[in-house]
Amino acid sequence: MGLSNEILLDMYWTMLLARRTDERAWVLHRQGKIAFHISGIGQEAAQVGAAFALQRGQDWISPYYRDLALMLAVGLTPLEFMLSVMGKKGEPSSGARQMPSHWGLRRANVLSHSAPVATQTLHASGLGLAIKLKGDKHVVLTTIGEGSTSQGEWYEAVNWAAIHKLPVIFMVENNSYAISVPQDKQMAVPSAADKACGLGLPGISVDGTDIVAVYSAMQIAVERARSGEGATVIEARAYRLTPHSSDDDDRAYRSREEVETYKKSDPIPLTQRLLLSKKIATQAQLDEMEKRAQTEIEQAVADATAAPYPSPEEALHPVYAEEVTHA
Amino acid sequence: MPEMTLIDAIRQGMDEELAHDPNVFIVGEDVGVRGGVFRATRGLFDKYGPQRVMDSPLAEASIIGVGIGAALYGMRPICEIQFADFIHPAFNQIINEAAKMCYRSNGDWTVPMVIRAPYGGGIGGGLYHSQSLEAFFTHTPGLKVVVPSNPADAKGLLKSAVRDPNPVLFFEPKKGYRLIKGEVPEGEYLVPIGKADVSREGTDVSVFAYGMMLYYTLQAAQKLAAEDISVEVVDLRTLYPVDRESILTSVRKTGKALVVYEDNLTGGYGAEIAAIIAEQAFTDLDAPVRRLAGPDVPAVPFSHPLQDWFMLNPDKIAAAIRDLASY
Ligand SMILES: Cc1ncc(C[n+]2csc(CCOP(=O)(O)OP(=O)(O)O)c2C)c(N)n1
Ligand SMILES: [Mg+2]
Repeated sequence: MGLSNEILLDMYWTMLLARRTDERAWVLHRQGKIAFHISGIGQEAAQVGAAFALQRGQDWISPYYRDLALMLAVGLTPLEFMLSVMGKKGEPSSGARQMPSHWGLRRANVLSHSAPVATQTLHASGLGLAIKLKGDKHVVLTTIGEGSTSQGEWYEAVNWAAIHKLPVIFMVENNSYAISVPQDKQMAVPSAADKACGLGLPGISVDGTDIVAVYSAMQIAVERARSGEGATVIEARAYRLTPHSSDDDDRAYRSREEVETYKKSDPIPLTQRLLLSKKIATQAQLDEMEKRAQTEIEQAVADATAAPYPSPEEALHPVYAEEVTHA
Repeated sequence: MPEMTLIDAIRQGMDEELAHDPNVFIVGEDVGVRGGVFRATRGLFDKYGPQRVMDSPLAEASIIGVGIGAALYGMRPICEIQFADFIHPAFNQIINEAAKMCYRSNGDWTVPMVIRAPYGGGIGGGLYHSQSLEAFFTHTPGLKVVVPSNPADAKGLLKSAVRDPNPVLFFEPKKGYRLIKGEVPEGEYLVPIGKADVSREGTDVSVFAYGMMLYYTLQAAQKLAAEDISVEVVDLRTLYPVDRESILTSVRKTGKALVVYEDNLTGGYGAEIAAIIAEQAFTDLDAPVRRLAGPDVPAVPFSHPLQDWFMLNPDKIAAAIRDLASY
């Protein structure tokens, strides 16, 4: 599988940085310092496991809003994230035009996505088609929530990729809810991966809190994609440990007991235990990483707080490509 | 200069662009072996092969969404929607994705693509093979909307659209595909997007039209010349962004303005032209701005007498011009 201790530590570091950055955003929201946050807490192993199976920076990604850990894995910095939650100038995905967590990072081959769910999956198939037409060897990862696989655009995207054997991996981050609606009101099959069968491509369901399991499934899919065998659907099962967003109150639709139960499968302590039990890291090393994350994030919050807002005139452009001033 | 039909000129434009740029490809329903249901792509599959003239699954959102993804990878897709009436499943991809990509990514991602769609009634197509839908898209910054009225313009504008770095909607008056003939310059030429054209000079009344209605308006103007009414006919050609200067120049000369469009009257594209004139040329007007358009029923009915009742024609246009001239 090729996961050295060093890579496993790097994966854990990325998960941890994502978790602490995410938690810091919740605090900023409670302090009234930011207007909105949508969280990836509980899905870090799925995202980091997927990202590390790619050739990061070379392969392409068409993500969705919960992918903070995925974005950090491909080079987004905590400062850039803090700029985006504060709507500050220099925010790299949209120049602070979009709400936070509407990703996009040209330098890392991450497409810009919108809010209407599932639209990004068709773009992934288009990328896959272009890669194939040009004879390149890159693969495309696109992510989505399980509820959003109810959209026609998701089926259309997977269908295209299956017909043309496109180098695309459709990862469904199944966190059990779509806002308040549970999985069994979204689909009649037990796993979103089962949908692949009807479209003629393999579907794999993995424990999305197990970083090694996700990485292994992704490796198979990446290998298939890169060798011209085509697309794969991967469902990574996890649980959304937070409300849908800072505007949601999840007490209206799920019990505290349920949430507490799932905290036992929180991927951060699970991964810590893995590192300790396999003697990949010592407790002292993990403590050190905690400190490093905290320092980096506090610096990011301070720098983002001091950063200027965009000036109103910036809102006028660029509507058309001719108005783009940077290269 | 050789004379050719509108559809032959469109095909020649695509042929030249396929030859000119290896990134150009055509994608749509039945565009391959069949050469399109209107034969717009006839012969191109044999000449360029299945990778460059590609039959899509029967799913319009995917034609546009996959086109967007391919464009983001550096391709230049020409997406064909078989009839404009079937563009609605792709509305989300056009309005929320293609049109907003440049702005929402602060210029990092742009979408060079052409969406060709045959539009308009008078061909016995009933409610769902007759619609004029430009008004939905001329409301959308980020898109360019082009409607040619003659073969020379159709070819030159289509070639410009393919080379344009933005998404361009190219609505083709299908009734005119074989009815409208005209001379087409030999050799390489482009017609710029964003410039209207004075198709016929006159002094009494300015008529603003595009597509099939422009063709009919020229016939009406010809007829009225015998009655000593001098009609200036302005072909808008690009509906968005619109060439305000040409509109105002003409209306300042004649003092009377009629806007003719095939779509339903209310909220139709011509309302915007009327508003531009009312706002910026009020003191030059000798009569109220008039609109002549389709009736406010859902779409063009099938049975001939019903269709004829809905559709404008040279006689109806001549009557409206006569009426305005005598104001
Ligand atoms: C087309 C569309 N409809 C509705 C919404 C509002 N909305 C945002 S997220 C969401 C739930 C998505 O659930 P899921 O796909 O499971 O992803 P998760 O948020 O659980 O990660 C809804 C209904 C939207 N963004 N887009
Ligand atoms: Mg969900």
